[in-house]
Amino acid sequence: MDMNTKKLKKNAFRVTKERGLTASRVRVPGGHLEAKYLSRLQEIAERYGNGTIHITNRQGFEIPGIPFEKVPEVNRLLQELIDGLEINQETEGEGYPASGTRNIIACIGNRVCPYGCYDTTGFAKRIEKAVFPNDLHFKIALTGCPNDCAKVRMHDFGIMGMTLPQFHPERCVSCGACVKSCARKSVEALKTVNYRPQRNEEKCIGCGECVLSCPNGAWTRSEKKYYRLTLLGRTGKKNPRLGQDFIKWADEESIIKIILNTYDYVEQYIDRTAPGGKEHIGYIVDRTGFEEFKRWALKDVELPEIAEVYSPVYWGGVKY
Amino acid sequence: MGFYADLEQMNRFLEKLREDSRVFAPKCFHGEGRFSDTDCIRYGEISCMEEVVLDQKSQYSFKEILNPVSQTLFFFTEDQVKEPEIPAKGAVIFMRSCDIHSLKRLDDMYLKNGPADYYYSRLRENLKIILIGCSQSFENCFCVSMGTNRSEGYQLSIDRTEDGGYRMDCRDESWEKLLEELGCRREQAEPSYVTENTVKVHIPAELDQTVAGSGMWTEYDSRCINCGRCNFVCPTCTCFTMQDLFYSENGKVGERRRVWASCMVDGFTDVAGGGSYRQKNGQRMRFKVLHKVLDYKQRNGYQMCVGCGRCDDICPEYISFSGCINKLENAMKEVAENDEK
Repeated sequence: MDMNTKKLKKNAFRVTKERGLTASRVRVPGGHLEAKYLSRLQEIAERYGNGTIHITNRQGFEIPGIPFEKVPEVNRLLQELIDGLEINQETEGEGYPASGTRNIIACIGNRVCPYGCYDTTGFAKRIEKAVFPNDLHFKIALTGCPNDCAKVRMHDFGIMGMTLPQFHPERCVSCGACVKSCARKSVEALKTVNYRPQRNEEKCIGCGECVLSCPNGAWTRSEKKYYRLTLLGRTGKKNPRLGQDFIKWADEESIIKIILNTYDYVEQYIDRTAPGGKEHIGYIVDRTGFEEFKRWALKDVELPEIAEVYSPVYWGGVKY
Repeated sequence: MGFYADLEQMNRFLEKLREDSRVFAPKCFHGEGRFSDTDCIRYGEISCMEEVVLDQKSQYSFKEILNPVSQTLFFFTEDQVKEPEIPAKGAVIFMRSCDIHSLKRLDDMYLKNGPADYYYSRLRENLKIILIGCSQSFENCFCVSMGTNRSEGYQLSIDRTEDGGYRMDCRDESWEKLLEELGCRREQAEPSYVTENTVKVHIPAELDQTVAGSGMWTEYDSRCINCGRCNFVCPTCTCFTMQDLFYSENGKVGERRRVWASCMVDGFTDVAGGGSYRQKNGQRMRFKVLHKVLDYKQRNGYQMCVGCGRCDDICPEYISFSGCINKLENAMKEVAENDEK
């Protein structure tokens, strides 16, 4: 048996415990797909795999038990998903062109969830379009609001939806619902002054609880959507750590640009001898220093006026 | 007299009205719904027909124009009091039949319940009404049960025609002249109205206060979150509270305003000395429901609720007011049986 495992892995197939058997890894950017594709996955699993499917941690599917020689056939069947999910591809019919930059995760977002501040899947797909395929090891996750159900702080780039609450005093009934809700469910950024809520701009995390709780539309969401961008969270062996705040009140364009800039930065500074050419971005930043990273990341980025950039940024976490 | 107007004529008509009136109608406030990427349909000043939302029920009623959410009654200094200016223009409001019926309730409460309310009268004077015909019932409407599905109290009615124009019945002489001047052709017109709703309510004829003793109210202790949305959207709720506030830089200058209050929200029953009543949400629900379908009628001889169903539309906990009314009959039986025991 001769198999170029480097090519196999790059094609989004895994080298498994069982000799000669591989597993196909299907990315679903934004974690939302039309139900019809599930029957295609079922077909692949039953015809070429062992009849099971694993739902992956990164919202993809892994179809195990596929013999190496069936890879081309599986790739042909995957084409329908690759087209349907609008995955960037180099050669039609040959499956995924890379696997380094992982599937982009998203919580269900405002397509369904009342808390969601934006369409998480939509934004995930726009990022996917901009960054995929790429061999570099990047993990990106999006969550609709600061509840962070998607646990974006565990990723290199964490994107959290925010809304800038707009107060309409003429609609306020002084019921206190927003103040209570902010205190009990969020960060206590509201207090009552002269019968009406006053918002502490520094404290406010843009979760939208005030908007949700207001019974009379006195708080509404900003027309523009904003995001908190967190940086360089990771799990793993040496130094697992939570992503730290980088920018509060960032916009979509800037986030995409920052991620693309980071690819350039990593290309420049990655340790070429790293096993498998894979190095968590965080370790690279530890080497170059945060300021150098920031210089690269913010190149030609035009942030909204209200954006706050945190600097310097320090990471903690467990060190072994 | 019946007329037909195309969009352009209608907009010219509105332009004329706007010379001496502010025109209010249900309009779409884009992105101002509770949830992200959702809209809010509520009343606002309009300048053309394109802004008017005719194919949906407004979430909030027209009452906020005559009875503002928050209204400054006067400004005070140490030795002077000044009222805000009286609105220079009259008002024209687009309303559905149920809302026109609710206007009668507002009038009875603000103008006939003791001396006329000065602030309400100021806004109520020079009011003209454009009836929005209802060609279909919306979700949660129960106007037919409440007898509010038809109304005569309008100056003009409008109904959308299939070709994008408007069929109108005009009952105002000056407007009739205006429509003629604009070249609107005469056409037989009668406002459309619904004759049946999916939701029907039955208020038992023998309903009385004893129903307060039913066990039906406890369900709402846990279901209701006392947010007050049902009151704020209701076209017949008129409760308000007073606020005196002092401008912070100078503690002797300020304003008095009256602000909507809700019998569902904490604080409504707070009294001097620290008393507070109806602590449980079920008790508040009982109070509200019986006010709408019992006390008011005892006092005024007709039902308060007009069956617009906005309370049901807006409740985040899916509590149905009409559903609650329909439990009253069994609740009366339950109370009667308990008495026999």
